[in-house]
Amino acid sequence: MVGMLFGKKLGMSRYFLEEGKSIPVTIVKVAPCVVVQKKTSEKDGYEAIQVGFEPQKEARVTKPLRGHFKKAGERCFKHVREIHVESADAFEVGQEIKSDIFAVGERVAVTGRSKGRGFAGVVKRWGFAGGRDTHGCRSHRVPGSIGSSSDPSHVWKGKKLPGRMGDKKTTIRNLMIVDVRPDMDVIALRGAVPGSKNSILRIARFEG
Amino acid sequence: MDIIEGLEREQMRLDIPDFKPGDTIKVHARIKEGDKERIQVFQGAVIRKRKGRMGATFTVRKISYGIGVERIFPLHSPNIDRVEVVTRGKVRRGRLYYMRKLKGKAARIKEKRA
Repeated sequence: MVGMLFGKKLGMSRYFLEEGKSIPVTIVKVAPCVVVQKKTSEKDGYEAIQVGFEPQKEARVTKPLRGHFKKAGERCFKHVREIHVESADAFEVGQEIKSDIFAVGERVAVTGRSKGRGFAGVVKRWGFAGGRDTHGCRSHRVPGSIGSSSDPSHVWKGKKLPGRMGDKKTTIRNLMIVDVRPDMDVIALRGAVPGSKNSILRIARFEG
Repeated sequence: MDIIEGLEREQMRLDIPDFKPGDTIKVHARIKEGDKERIQVFQGAVIRKRKGRMGATFTVRKISYGIGVERIFPLHSPNIDRVEVVTRGKVRRGRLYYMRKLKGKAARIKEKRA
C-alpha cells in the first residue's frame, strides 16, 4: 500500500456539509503515478518506487531520461519522484497508482512550495506590529531596535529581519479529505495548501 | 469544462426559483436547535444578489418590530428548505442599499405590473 501520491493544486472552492456548514476546500488533481523503477535494499540500500507523472511528449524529454522511461513502457513524464515503501517487490514497473488509495475522512499532510513573496519587510514576514500610522509617528513598518549596544556588539544570529519570504518547501499537516473522485483523478481537501495553482504537491497519509 | 466548475455545478441547487433584487421573497430556512430541527420563514425584500457558483449569496431585508433586519443566505446552502417569491418589485438598481435609510411609507417597493 502506498501512503503518498503527487498531484497538482487546481484551486479552491467550498463544500456544504450535510448539516449546512460551509467549509473551504482545495481541489487537487492527483496525477496517476506510474512506477518507472523499483529501488531495493540489495541494490540501492533502501526500498522505494520511482514514479513518473504528468505525461510529456517524447521529444521534450532528454535522451537519457527517455531511455529510462522506455524500460517502464512507452510513456514519458514531466516529473519523476520517489515514494518510500516497505517493500518495492509489491509493485510492478508500469503499474499505475491512482487517487483511489485515499478515502474520504482520512487525514493527509500536503507538501508544496509556498508562493514567493519577494523581499518582504518585517511586518509581513514575521508579523511585527509596526508603528502607528498617525499622531506624528514616523516609523510605520520598520523593525525598530535590533539589539543592545556595546555589550554584545553584534546582532544576534537568527534575528528576525526583512528578507526573502516564501518560495520554500512547506508542509501543512492534518488536512481532511472531503471528497475523492477517482473518475476525474481529483480529491478535495479541507483548508488551504501551499503554493499557487498548478503547483506540484506531495500528498501523504498523515497519522497522529 | 474546468474541473472545479464541474464539481461545483454538481452541488449547486437548481430548485431555487429565479428572483431579483427588489422582489419580496419567503425563505424557508432550516434552524437547528440542539438536536431538533425546525423551519423558520424569513420574509423580506431582496436587496442584493451576489453572483458566483457555490459562493453566490443573497441578502434579504425586513423590518421586524420596527428594527431593520438583514440576513445573508448562501444561495446553494442546504440550510435553505425552499424559497417562495411573493411579489416582483420594480426597482432601477441592482443593489438596494438605499433601503436602509428609508422608513415607513418611503421604504415600500413598487410592484411590477405584468
